[in-house]
Amino acid sequence: MNEIANIAIIVLIIIGAFLSLVAAYGVIRLPDIYTRNHAASKSATLGVMSILLGTLLFFYVKDGFFNSRVLLGIVFIFMTSPVAGHLIARAAYNSGVQLWDKSVQDDLKNAPHMKKSASKD
Amino acid sequence: MLNTVVLIAILIISAATIGLIYRVIKGPTTPDRVVALDAIGINLVAIVALISIALNTNAFVEVILLIGILAFIGTVAFSKYLEKGVIIENERDR
Repeated sequence: MNEIANIAIIVLIIIGAFLSLVAAYGVIRLPDIYTRNHAASKSATLGVMSILLGTLLFFYVKDGFFNSRVLLGIVFIFMTSPVAGHLIARAAYNSGVQLWDKSVQDDLKNAPHMKKSASKD
Repeated sequence: MLNTVVLIAILIISAATIGLIYRVIKGPTTPDRVVALDAIGINLVAIVALISIALNTNAFVEVILLIGILAFIGTVAFSKYLEKGVIIENERDR
């Protein structure tokens, strides 16, 4: 195996594992659901994309063919994971989960469509 | 060298998954648990990719895509349930 590709794979895997650990630390330590969602959706997504990029490079160097399913997995996770984070934060706000008590700004509190959809159910 | 790094990375991601399991158990509200479960699904994708490197085979590559799709569908279904009370709505006059 090519040594430069080996080092690149190792660096990508280490970055991905570190970002996953940072995401878990944020989910444990941060005070409310919105900040936890912020940590989980961004950091875990970038970490997994980095690890999958390392996997793609590993199979490309080892076998010499471009593994398109790993590339499809990278694109899919990059598109769907922020959407899932947005949906669950929106569901949390609409089902009445409170913000952290030291939060200073809540712009959605006076938005009329949020009141209507909350009172409709 | 590469094998050692892959094994250490699997250990680190397993530790991260244990931390997320702590949030699933203790989380005060239901959306906390859903966020942590979504992150656990994302971590499972990474574990499968690292194991396919460690075992030196590309037979598990479809599992990566499959776990990604299933985690997304599960999170969307949970958020629709939390927001509207139903997952698939049947009424037309809404």
